[in-house]
Amino acid sequence: MAPVATPFFFYMLSGIMLIGGILVITRKNPVHSALALIVTLLAQASIYLMLYAPFVAGVQIILYAGGIMVLFLFVIMLVSIDRSMKERQFNSQWAVGIIAATALGGLFIAVFTKGKDIFPEHALPVVENDNTQQLATMLYGQYMFAFEIASLLLLVAIIGAVVMAKKRI
Amino acid sequence: MESMLHITTLHYLVLGAALFLLGVIGVLTRRNVVIVLMSIELILNAVNLNLVAFSRMWGGLHGQVFAIFVITDAAAEAAVGLGILIAFFRNKETVNIDEVNLLKW
Repeated sequence: MAPVATPFFFYMLSGIMLIGGILVITRKNPVHSALALIVTLLAQASIYLMLYAPFVAGVQIILYAGGIMVLFLFVIMLVSIDRSMKERQFNSQWAVGIIAATALGGLFIAVFTKGKDIFPEHALPVVENDNTQQLATMLYGQYMFAFEIASLLLLVAIIGAVVMAKKRI
Repeated sequence: MESMLHITTLHYLVLGAALFLLGVIGVLTRRNVVIVLMSIELILNAVNLNLVAFSRMWGGLHGQVFAIFVITDAAAEAAVGLGILIAFFRNKETVNIDEVNLLKW
């Protein structure tokens, strides 16, 4: 199916994502930051759909917005945020941080203006494929070893998280 | 105007770069550890966006597979990071990253 009104949706979703990102790094209350981050993640899932990556979009919603952000909210409830909300929100080297980020942004702009010709003018024609099936074939075929390593990493992370959060081991 | 109305890979890359910068600013300037961790999630998402955009540009699926691995890493990182945060809060009764200064000279 041909895409409809791609520029409109792209700019709308980009605006939502950037506003959400700005809210994440400026809010005083971490709960508000977490909610803004969820909005950003959902808009990004929509952008994945625009890029014909439905499986990644689903993983993004289920795992990120549904899993990781719930973990964040749980931890925000566990630690007491009352004291930190009354204090200064930005650390003393914030000016240096802004300068460093500006330099990085200048680098990005330089790279993008210099290298924009190597990107194709028009996107590839859409292939109406069975995205999930192909991803599964690749994940369990070509990337089998990386997949196993990832499961080992998750096991280590679970044990690490339990060890860290437990009072006495 | 023509380039504004035609969404190419570069548009997605610029969006990813902007999101990355927001994450970097959050990591470098905020004091609250929870928000620093969320900024790291923003950075990882910017990378994911670039990977999926390149995957669309080349017509292959390797970028999407890699994006899934990055999401896995983000989950592991969030779990361990929040575990460290709980241990830190138990010892110091604060969530300010400035007060993690035992190794400071």
